[in-house]
Amino acid sequence: MADVKTNAKTEKNGNGFWRRAGRAIIIPILAVVVGLALGGVMVAISDPVVLRGLSPNPWRVVPEGEIDPATDISLETALKFHGNDLNLGDYVVFTRGKSLVFREVVSEIQDKDTQIDLERARRRAPDLLSGNAAIVLSFSDRPFFVVQAAGRAVWEAYRALFIGSIGDPQRIVDGWRTAQETGDWLTFRESLRPITESLVTSIPYIFAGLSVALGFQAGLFNIGAEGQIAIGAALSTYIGYSFTGLPAVLHLPLAILGGMVGGAIWGIIPGWLKAKTGAHEVINTIMMNYIAFRLMSWLLRGPMQRPGAGKPVSPVVAESAFLPQLFGAPLRLHAGLFLAAIAVVFVWWLLYKTTIGFELRTVGANPNAAKYSGMSVARNIIIAMGISGGLAGLAGANEVLGLNHFLAEGFSPGYGFDSIALALLGRSHPVGVVLAAILFGTLRSGATSMQSLAQVPIDIITTIQALVIVFIAAPEIIRWLFRLKTVGDEEKTVFTRGWGS
Amino acid sequence: MSVATATAQIKRVSSAEKRQRLIFGVLFLLIGFLIIWLFALQSQAGQQTTFGMNPGFVSKAPEIPDFVFPTQPVLYVLGFVSLFMGGWQLARGFKSIGAMFGLVFGLFVLAFLSWAARDSAFNLVGMMQATLIRATPIALGAFSGVIAERAAIINIAIEGMMLAAALVSVVIASATGSLWLGLFAGVLIGGFLGLLHGIMSIQFKVDQIISGTAINILATGITGFVVKRFFTNPDINDKLNHSAIFPPVHIPVLSAIPVIGPILFSVNVLPYLMFIVLIALHVTLFYTRWGLRTIAVGEHPKAADTLGVNVFKIRYVNIVLSGMIAGLGGAYFTVGRVGQFDEVMTAGRGFIGLAAMIFGKWTPIGSLGASLLFGFADSFQQKIQILIPGFPSEFLLAAPYIITMIVLAGVVGRAVAPAADGVPYEKD
Repeated sequence: MADVKTNAKTEKNGNGFWRRAGRAIIIPILAVVVGLALGGVMVAISDPVVLRGLSPNPWRVVPEGEIDPATDISLETALKFHGNDLNLGDYVVFTRGKSLVFREVVSEIQDKDTQIDLERARRRAPDLLSGNAAIVLSFSDRPFFVVQAAGRAVWEAYRALFIGSIGDPQRIVDGWRTAQETGDWLTFRESLRPITESLVTSIPYIFAGLSVALGFQAGLFNIGAEGQIAIGAALSTYIGYSFTGLPAVLHLPLAILGGMVGGAIWGIIPGWLKAKTGAHEVINTIMMNYIAFRLMSWLLRGPMQRPGAGKPVSPVVAESAFLPQLFGAPLRLHAGLFLAAIAVVFVWWLLYKTTIGFELRTVGANPNAAKYSGMSVARNIIIAMGISGGLAGLAGANEVLGLNHFLAEGFSPGYGFDSIALALLGRSHPVGVVLAAILFGTLRSGATSMQSLAQVPIDIITTIQALVIVFIAAPEIIRWLFRLKTVGDEEKTVFTRGWGS
Repeated sequence: MSVATATAQIKRVSSAEKRQRLIFGVLFLLIGFLIIWLFALQSQAGQQTTFGMNPGFVSKAPEIPDFVFPTQPVLYVLGFVSLFMGGWQLARGFKSIGAMFGLVFGLFVLAFLSWAARDSAFNLVGMMQATLIRATPIALGAFSGVIAERAAIINIAIEGMMLAAALVSVVIASATGSLWLGLFAGVLIGGFLGLLHGIMSIQFKVDQIISGTAINILATGITGFVVKRFFTNPDINDKLNHSAIFPPVHIPVLSAIPVIGPILFSVNVLPYLMFIVLIALHVTLFYTRWGLRTIAVGEHPKAADTLGVNVFKIRYVNIVLSGMIAGLGGAYFTVGRVGQFDEVMTAGRGFIGLAAMIFGKWTPIGSLGASLLFGFADSFQQKIQILIPGFPSEFLLAAPYIITMIVLAGVVGRAVAPAADGVPYEKD
């Protein structure tokens, strides 16, 4: 007995728990890094300044009224890049006689040929007004400028992403100081809003990610989380507004349960079809998504429409079904966080500590072996899809009861679809899913400010996710890129099979 | 021992057949009763239904009189035919149950149309043409699936390939002013995504469904990115997302045939291309060396390899071709129909195409048949909104997806995929 213990201990130290953990997360981390880098490339090459610089006929600044959009930009736009709001670190281009002058705006000039001080730059800016001053951003003329513009576009995009997801460090420090000096905590709380918003977005991701991960563990590819979220949210909303006068102790659990049941129904249907007829769950869950969207669209224009509302929105949920707020305005973090934590522990317990979980994983790893050892593959498929759908439904309930308090079309910005990449990234393990969900919540929440501050469409996040899926599914690419050695004992994460089962 | 097993198998098969006969018999009877109860009894004697036989657009075909008939008697006839077929199925059983099911289903739809158009007119020819047009991208998607899966590569990325091709073809067509260049570019981008899918699933042995999903998400992301980053600017949108569409081509002589002419021979170039792909695919797949090798690779790659077939090469060629066909289907959405890209315009047609492929038992002609069914459902839901205003359109919009699920569940016959479908090939 003691020997075994020591053995286990040495093995743990020798093989290294941390080393194994490190090995498990190195590929996901590198995949995210490469994904973000390629996303940066996309931002750079789609930046208007860069695109114009790469084009054969760059901009000319001309007086108002004579603008030909093909070759010219208005003074307004030119000033946006080079005008009076010039700041340190910007680049200016202006004409001097017939030649072009290109300068970086700095506080202390070290190299006169490439740099200019801020005051002078601002003084020269009115030169643009003269109309004959040509701003030229051509790559052939000034390759450096275009590269800098690209760098600046990427830097600004990811800076906006950081500020939008973590917060502006300056504001946080200022807020803290104000609070210390005056005892007014509002500014500090406001400065914490981005990071709590990231957490708020992570919560549905945790549910949806667990949903997809559990499916993967059972050898099922549940692409239907999005539809399950929608149905879960719809049922939860219905219970939320139609039952009034119930105490919160009863009403809230009931509404949450409703979400779970709604999602579970939407998951069990393709599960049952797969188990009984062998119809592949991938196509069926996708079809269930489309059906769910149509159903929701009908519900919100018919039976569930808020009376008197011209828009397709549901009535507001009764307050007794609200998930309680943790901090109060302006922070929106709510008790769904604890619900998510419970779900993580539950899924971990279910998968690794119960017979059901063992059967699910066996069916996932090798259905034939499962069958010959007496497990019912069909039953396990239905159970897995039911739990998976229920978890996704919880994500929907969480959004309605914790955040929006009513149902509207497009309330989920694609949590269900994102969770595919998320579950792969988390290696279908509950802990991995939590880490991946926090990352995705952060990205998604920051992407909103990226869109408003840096005009980078939110879809960049979707693209990065697709790349992450590719790199996780084909780790050879990452290994080749970083010259990593193949590790023998690395487990394969996903098993899905062809149409026939 | 082996004899006993064989007998048991025969017994099991016959009991399954018996069950199938019973299910379909009851289903046919049910449909017959429904026709009588829902439609025949709900219409009054003396009502008349008019089916328009002339297309509502310019065509080369001569005008022919519309088809007018008394509603109620015809509905009773349709209902009793269904009942009779149900009885026959229960008592004797039909041989080709799929075709009979199609026939009874067709009777039901016909009955529904006759009832809905009582005391009014319904343009049958217009709907038939809409069926062909709407079936075109679905059929191309299905062909794309056939060519890939016959070589044992599951191509679930058809949807993404279509979306990307739709965008690229409209951009190229708008920029150059040439629709054909746009179409070509769409086909190319489809082929490129096919190559990507091939590299991932053949070279890196990534799970084909994961790889396909990645391509779908990638296409959604990049097209959404492009739309929001560039097309939100009306100037750019006008220049790059605004092309002409292929005009209808009236084939001489053939387009002058009444009914068939306007349906088949007065459409634009994409349905014709679809038919060309159909014939080419059917002939090459079943009658040429390449096609037979493809089938061998899909059924038993090891045996094919032993006989000197280059499994990887066949798979690469097929997946690229599959992408190109999907690209053609994608180009249909923009340069073939509206001349403008919209983020959600493919709306799952790629997946429906896959279902059509399965329904069509992995054959080009079967796939076309299934696609026509889906195309019919699609055009039907559109026309019915005109015929019965206030009908909740969401249910009809969901109909193709529900039909897809029913088809996949194997209600109408069991389809068998190529034996090695989805399995990466490892050379020893």
